[in-house]
Amino acid sequence: MDNTLSQQLQVIPLENYVMLSIILFSIGVIGILMRRNLIVVFLSIELMLNSINLMAASFSAYHNDPAGQAFVFFIMVVAAAEVAVGLAMLVMIYRNVRSIEIDALSRLKW
Amino acid sequence: MSQNALNLITLLIPALPLLGFVIHILFRDKISEKIAGYHATAWIVISFVCSLILFNHVRSEGAIHVQLFEWFSAGDLSIPFAFQVDQLSVIMLLVITGIGSLIHMYSIGYMHGDDGFNRFFSYLNLFIFFMLTLVMANNYVLMFVGWEGVGLCSYLLIGFWFKNPEYNKAANKAFIMNRIGDLAMLLGLFLLYQYAGTLTFDGVSARFDPSSPDYFAPDTHMVTAITMLLFIGACGKSAQIPLYTWLPDAMAGPTPVSALIHAATMVTAGIYMIVRSNLMFSEAELTMQVITVVGIVTSIFAGAIALKQNDIKKVLAYSTVSQLGLMFFAIGVGAYEAAMFHLVTHAFFKALLFLSAGSVIHGMGGEQDIRKMGGLRSYMKVTHWVFGFGVLAIMAVPPFSGFFSKDTILAAAYVKSPVLWVIGLVSGLFTAYYMMRLYAVVFQGQPRMSEHTKAHIHESPSVMTIPLMVLCALSIVGGLMNIPELFGGNKSMMHFLEGVVPIHEHHVAVSTEWMLMAIASVAIFLVIFIAHRKYRINWVVPESDAEMSGAGKVLNHKFYVDELYEMAIVKPMHMLSNFFYKIIDLKVIDGVVNGTAQFTTWCAGQLRLIQTGTVSFYLFMMALGMGAIVLFIYLM
Repeated sequence: MDNTLSQQLQVIPLENYVMLSIILFSIGVIGILMRRNLIVVFLSIELMLNSINLMAASFSAYHNDPAGQAFVFFIMVVAAAEVAVGLAMLVMIYRNVRSIEIDALSRLKW
Repeated sequence: MSQNALNLITLLIPALPLLGFVIHILFRDKISEKIAGYHATAWIVISFVCSLILFNHVRSEGAIHVQLFEWFSAGDLSIPFAFQVDQLSVIMLLVITGIGSLIHMYSIGYMHGDDGFNRFFSYLNLFIFFMLTLVMANNYVLMFVGWEGVGLCSYLLIGFWFKNPEYNKAANKAFIMNRIGDLAMLLGLFLLYQYAGTLTFDGVSARFDPSSPDYFAPDTHMVTAITMLLFIGACGKSAQIPLYTWLPDAMAGPTPVSALIHAATMVTAGIYMIVRSNLMFSEAELTMQVITVVGIVTSIFAGAIALKQNDIKKVLAYSTVSQLGLMFFAIGVGAYEAAMFHLVTHAFFKALLFLSAGSVIHGMGGEQDIRKMGGLRSYMKVTHWVFGFGVLAIMAVPPFSGFFSKDTILAAAYVKSPVLWVIGLVSGLFTAYYMMRLYAVVFQGQPRMSEHTKAHIHESPSVMTIPLMVLCALSIVGGLMNIPELFGGNKSMMHFLEGVVPIHEHHVAVSTEWMLMAIASVAIFLVIFIAHRKYRINWVVPESDAEMSGAGKVLNHKFYVDELYEMAIVKPMHMLSNFFYKIIDLKVIDGVVNGTAQFTTWCAGQLRLIQTGTVSFYLFMMALGMGAIVLFIYLM
């Protein structure tokens, strides 16, 4: 482990990273709840995932523990897969109902 | 004879009837009537021969014990599957297999042409097997197996013609009445185990035998409770008050069944059980008194009912109840050997009477009402003669078998108290009267049947009359088994039983004994004479049901005991059942169960509305939920 890099990172206090992560995550949550456009919802999800990544990476650095970084890679892979499937579904939805409104498909209930 | 051969013979006795039963069940539809009948009879005859061999052995060398295996054990309870053939068992064995073979043979003729012929014989074989288990068992539990088994066979055979709902009712009645007794019996056995710590006959006897090392001073209350419960069990099986009403109804079964099960063997199981436990019963003074009273009351009560019955089998059925009562009476006064003696002679002449009644019914084409018979002496000569001798035997006319056995009982009663002797004699007088009436109305006088029936009356085939003649001979000479000293005999049966049953030498002066015997005989002759005048000389025919009045009507309706039970027990039971069914089951139980289901359905219906299909709403709820969880964790 490169001690110097770790020490350089620690110049910025951990709280800042955490705060940044929380802000990003909250923006993601609000985006999901407020926006009707499915693409924007997707973007918001990505934002949330990445805020988690940031948090994991920063804790990893501060604790000198590589496990957090390993998790970051996993999350990236999952996010990539999710986006691939999600966008494919989105395209199919658009073809069927000519809309990418989040509530476009609401007939499947009760 | 080697030990192995003896053991084998002992095992063969119950095994053969069981084998017969299995074969009959497996090939019921394949074997012909003839093969089935003779084959079933053959097994019992072989069993009888084996019993004779054992009898010979037991007489010279004492009891035989055969332990097969340990049946089950729990804690310090250990129940062996073992047989024991001692003097008492071997007498029962001879009665069961001997009379059993005769009745099997008779049934070949009686049941000829019946749809259920093979089924009938399979049940009969099964019955013999269970009855043998009952008397050969060396412990109470195995005996109880036989006890329940004969109850089952009794049920099956009473309801043999199951297409008649009345017969099914009779079968149910017998079974349920017996269950009541058996419950008491089981409780008695539990108590006995708790008290004595063992359930083998030898083990229990040792507890009550002062000369045994296992003896301990009996706890009177406990012993009274145990014996009382066992006696209630015996009441159920042997048809004593208050559980006797099933036996007359059990006459719904084919007549050979009435003879075998409901006269000669099964109903004597209660007597056997008490005689088997005699040491214990002798310790319970109160129980013995109860047995005396119940026995004699039953005897007189049933005898009185028999006076006015008009169904040939019902008369005999009540007579059986009455005679069983007399046996219990003998037990009650401590004369176990007299009870056993009467059991054996009664088996002879009552089987004879039932079988000849069967022969009459057979000849009359199924008619059982004695008012529609009469004058049969010239139509059925053999039946007439054997029935006549059976009647003489049961009326206790000297020197027929019934005379000796009843005399033994009465003598024992006299030793206890002259009052008991008188009461016992009264029961005997009833017997004399109703038997004379039955005989005269059926066989003497003018024929009263329709012309059509009259043309068809015929003597039964020889396969039926030969057993009748054998039983007739036994009824005549059966008394020889136990001739009292008075007539130069040596009471051989009593001495034979000495090892198993305590023998009380009755110290009555010879002159007293002669006098008692003379009074009894004269009284019986007097009663016979009266009945003879009324029914034979004057040809009085019992009145029809409509003409009955007063005491006769009460007797004919059996003191309305069935109606009383119906009102006091059956009706309230039905009402209670109805209450439990209509209110508790339908309303409460079903209400709770169905209510739970309905509530769940209603909740589901409400919750379902949450599924709006709006994705943004789901997302909002998800976020809210996660927020709630976070808040919760934070607050904790």
